[in-house]
Amino acid sequence: MSADPSISPAALSGEVSLPEKLADVEPVRSVRTPIRLEYDFIPGSASSGYLNAFADRKILGQQSPVDGAVFVPPRGVDPRHGAATPDYVELPDTGHVGGFCVTRLPIPGRDDLEIPYVSAWIHLDGADIGFLGLVAGIDTSEVRMGMRVRAVWKPDDELGRTAENILYWEPTGEPDIPVTAAGTNAWHAKQAAAGEPG
Amino acid sequence: MRDIAVVSVAQHQEKALTHTTEVELMVPIINEARGAVGLTQDDIGFTCSGSSDFLAGQAFSFVHTLDAVGAVPPISESHVEMDGAWALYEAWVKLQIGGVDTALVYSYGKSSPGSLRDVLSTQLDPYYLGPLWPDAFSMAALQARIMLESGAVSEQRLAEIAVRSLNGAAGNPLAVRSSAEATVESALAEAPIADPLRPSDCAASADGGVAVVLAAGDRARELCERPAWIKGIDHRIDPHQPGVRDLTRAPSAEMAAAQAGASADRLDAAELAAPFTTQEHILELELGLGNGTAVNTSGGALAGHTMMAAGLMRIADAACQIHDEQADRVLGHAASGLYLQQNLVCVMEGE
Repeated sequence: MSADPSISPAALSGEVSLPEKLADVEPVRSVRTPIRLEYDFIPGSASSGYLNAFADRKILGQQSPVDGAVFVPPRGVDPRHGAATPDYVELPDTGHVGGFCVTRLPIPGRDDLEIPYVSAWIHLDGADIGFLGLVAGIDTSEVRMGMRVRAVWKPDDELGRTAENILYWEPTGEPDIPVTAAGTNAWHAKQAAAGEPG
Repeated sequence: MRDIAVVSVAQHQEKALTHTTEVELMVPIINEARGAVGLTQDDIGFTCSGSSDFLAGQAFSFVHTLDAVGAVPPISESHVEMDGAWALYEAWVKLQIGGVDTALVYSYGKSSPGSLRDVLSTQLDPYYLGPLWPDAFSMAALQARIMLESGAVSEQRLAEIAVRSLNGAAGNPLAVRSSAEATVESALAEAPIADPLRPSDCAASADGGVAVVLAAGDRARELCERPAWIKGIDHRIDPHQPGVRDLTRAPSAEMAAAQAGASADRLDAAELAAPFTTQEHILELELGLGNGTAVNTSGGALAGHTMMAAGLMRIADAACQIHDEQADRVLGHAASGLYLQQNLVCVMEGE
């Protein structure tokens, strides 16, 4: 690449020449520009229905108008087809662990979390996708894919319009679901049974 | 060059979407634009969108909005952190390259959860201007003062532009600010909010979204009775640092219009995305719009400024005038950045 003749070699060398009176001034090596913007988060129609139902100890999903797949939490759309999902379905507070991870690092601001803790994809009975939850009430080494769980709720007088109403998911003691039918495998199995590609 | 046309548009705009997410906003708009020409996502060769995470206050917010498209099986897709008009430009380039005959372009903005005039400060350089946090109205007022004092525009002319928007918007159900009764006298009687700018000099902020379907050649003729053929499209940029610019001018707008061939023939209508009356005045001069051109019959961006979508909405409004046979040759304009730093011009014709 040929040099731009309008720029002097000194300007490209990294050397900076200052006026005499600035000779002893400490150079600026960085600038701090704090940015703070505030937003009022709006959950929207689908999430409002979902959050409001939590106050009544209910978990709501939405059903695809295309093939009946149930999404939880609902977002107002079947993202595979870009189709609106106006119909809510109430789901039980039982399901299985579709996948999990044992974490040994603390989360800033979550001093209530005992380490190690288990976060898991909880697949509710009747739902076709999982959502994130905390698994407790069992030794972390015993958590497994396919394990049946139920929600442990806050006391009724502490319920709010929030997913925080569910403290964690605990084992039910029922027999496990085979791993081949757990988590997203359940959806693929369902599609295969219906004769459609999963 | 391939012949490429806007064959379908759909849009929605209101003052503030208080019970709707961006995804919930876009599902019906995208479905309406595709459905009007009998297409599903399977028929779309390329999808491109424009939006800004700074409005949503959330990183990668545009990825969420893809839920509204239906991206299974996987689609060919792109996004620009720009007004949707630049997404349309990218789609136009993609169609020119060939291999695909249809494209879906959409953009949206929901600025109501935050303070837009402060969010806009983040587009300033972070060393000299950013730390001062000048809000968008104050920055525009600095330009307005220079224009008025130098004789580049008069208060009377700014009021005429404001009234043109207010009156035009009275017939546009998507406008969020309109008045059939507004007059130059009533506009001049308003108390300034950022002296010398009055409320009607500043665009009315809005939330909304727009979707456009593009098609090439015979495919466009199949899908649409009267396609809006894109005869020229170009975008240009001026320097970022306002201190090095003549703020009474927008050379990038003039150049984009020249490259798009705007003056090659009479323009029946022009839709301009100017967020201030001062900037609409500059654009009229730079784009060389004459007396025969109806400017902003929709009310333009002044009547409803959906950040990130206002430009694509102008192109959509202009294209509709071709579809509805109200015009034969139209211009759609989009702008981005401080003081019309970036300008895009799209000239469309009907057959």
